[in-house]
Amino acid sequence: MPDRNVCIIGGGMSQWGVREASIIDMAQEAAKECFDEVPALKKEDIDGLLFASSYCGRSAFQVNIAPVIAERIGIKPTSMCTRVDTLCAGGSAGIILATGLIKSGLADVMMVAGGEKLYTPQRWETYYSELASIDHDWDGAQGMGLPPPFFSMTAQEHMKHYGTTKEQLAAVSVKNRRNGSTNLKGHFHKEVTLEEVMSARPIVPPLSLFDCTPITDGCAAVLLTYEEKAKELSDRPLVYIRGAAQASLHSMSMNWPGEHLGDWVHLRTAAKRAYETARVGPDDIDVAETHDCFTISEIVEMEDLGFCKKGEGGPFVESGQSDFGGKLPVNTDGGLLSCGHPFGATGVRQAREMLYQLQGRAIRQVEGAEIGLTHNLSGLNVEHTIVIYGREP
Amino acid sequence: MGFENFGTVSFTTEAKATDFMTYLEAGKVMATRCKKCGASYFPPKADCPRCLSSDVDWFEIKGKGKLASYTLVNYGPTGFENDAPYILALGKFDGIQIFARLSRDIEEKDIQVGMSLVVSPVKLPDNRIAYEFKKG
Repeated sequence: MPDRNVCIIGGGMSQWGVREASIIDMAQEAAKECFDEVPALKKEDIDGLLFASSYCGRSAFQVNIAPVIAERIGIKPTSMCTRVDTLCAGGSAGIILATGLIKSGLADVMMVAGGEKLYTPQRWETYYSELASIDHDWDGAQGMGLPPPFFSMTAQEHMKHYGTTKEQLAAVSVKNRRNGSTNLKGHFHKEVTLEEVMSARPIVPPLSLFDCTPITDGCAAVLLTYEEKAKELSDRPLVYIRGAAQASLHSMSMNWPGEHLGDWVHLRTAAKRAYETARVGPDDIDVAETHDCFTISEIVEMEDLGFCKKGEGGPFVESGQSDFGGKLPVNTDGGLLSCGHPFGATGVRQAREMLYQLQGRAIRQVEGAEIGLTHNLSGLNVEHTIVIYGREP
Repeated sequence: MGFENFGTVSFTTEAKATDFMTYLEAGKVMATRCKKCGASYFPPKADCPRCLSSDVDWFEIKGKGKLASYTLVNYGPTGFENDAPYILALGKFDGIQIFARLSRDIEEKDIQVGMSLVVSPVKLPDNRIAYEFKKG
């Protein structure tokens, strides 16, 4: 079988937010934007579809959703058509799986999409379904269910061990809401001030309203193919998938690998492998989309992805090193804090932003960006999934 | 008996580690240790996750641990609405990490990270049972 370079050639998003539309409707909106981006692509060129979604069986009441979406968007997959679920990282997992299929020759042109319909007529269903995302038997039985208590502990431990402050957490929210203010496909477009973040109502202290990603409906889609086909289909600069990795562990009770909850050993493990497979290091990354499900997450990610020293994530963010003009801009399209987080869609949204950044056509462009990184955290910090993109293979 | 009476809401009714519940009813919080490779696990595992052997021993978690982190839950998930507010905590014991609620006997003002803890069974309303941390 061949060993081919794999490129991302198009990306699309539905409108994200509180939607009066089904998950299938939103998948179609995202796919349409994808098709519009690559006019030379004929629908029959697409031989595979991976759709990342975790709650489609619950809140959208549709299992085996990939064939339904294939039919709705008018494609007839012949290589692989399936759903992918690693909760918050499903989209990135789909991109990694599609890369393998295309690289090996088992597929030629694949759409990787993802999405969730989380606002259901009974809105409380959304939140309570979250219980299924943890080690149900043990952690769930104690009443752990929703993410904020877990990330509150993470924030407190980080504050205690490294002196991270609430203002530093707030700086992440201010930056990402500013970046998201011009991304009209995202959930929120209104900037927030440091004072507004600091005085917002508490969710689980020290996390308050603007420290937390909202519940959001939405879908995203990207197109992947091999290098030669990408040249044939698109005149835009080529963007390659250079490397990737995912590190997993399990429940809080059993297996937390770090010294404390602010020490994400498994993220460092994933990052090491991702950098090795991409043949780059953290200093080579020009732009990153990292999983800011909570403000504290982005701070720990700066450290354990190697962008700054361990424990210095707070000052790194506060001094603007993760903003435009700093060491590397992070979450240039607003991240989860602005765009929202329809779980399976998030990794695909990040890939779309990375495509735009590396082709020089992002809404908030990082000048001359050549290498970009996307990162997802899933569940209660059980998995870290990283994809590295580049203008060279 | 199985896990049907475990926790405020139980999710597992059939599992191989059901001896855990028999011990819990008898007042003991038990973990497993693999006879083949020596790995200890809590929550207990009837089959060893490290070497996959099914030859495991039960042992009681008797010693004192330390509170590593905790959080106050004001908004409980389905089935826990009437429990909230409650405190979830991580305790570090000898070679084992335990995630459990902090006993309501401990006043919030007395909670200190690093404080000494023991883990013990707790009877819940409606004939249910779980384990929780008490002052050690």
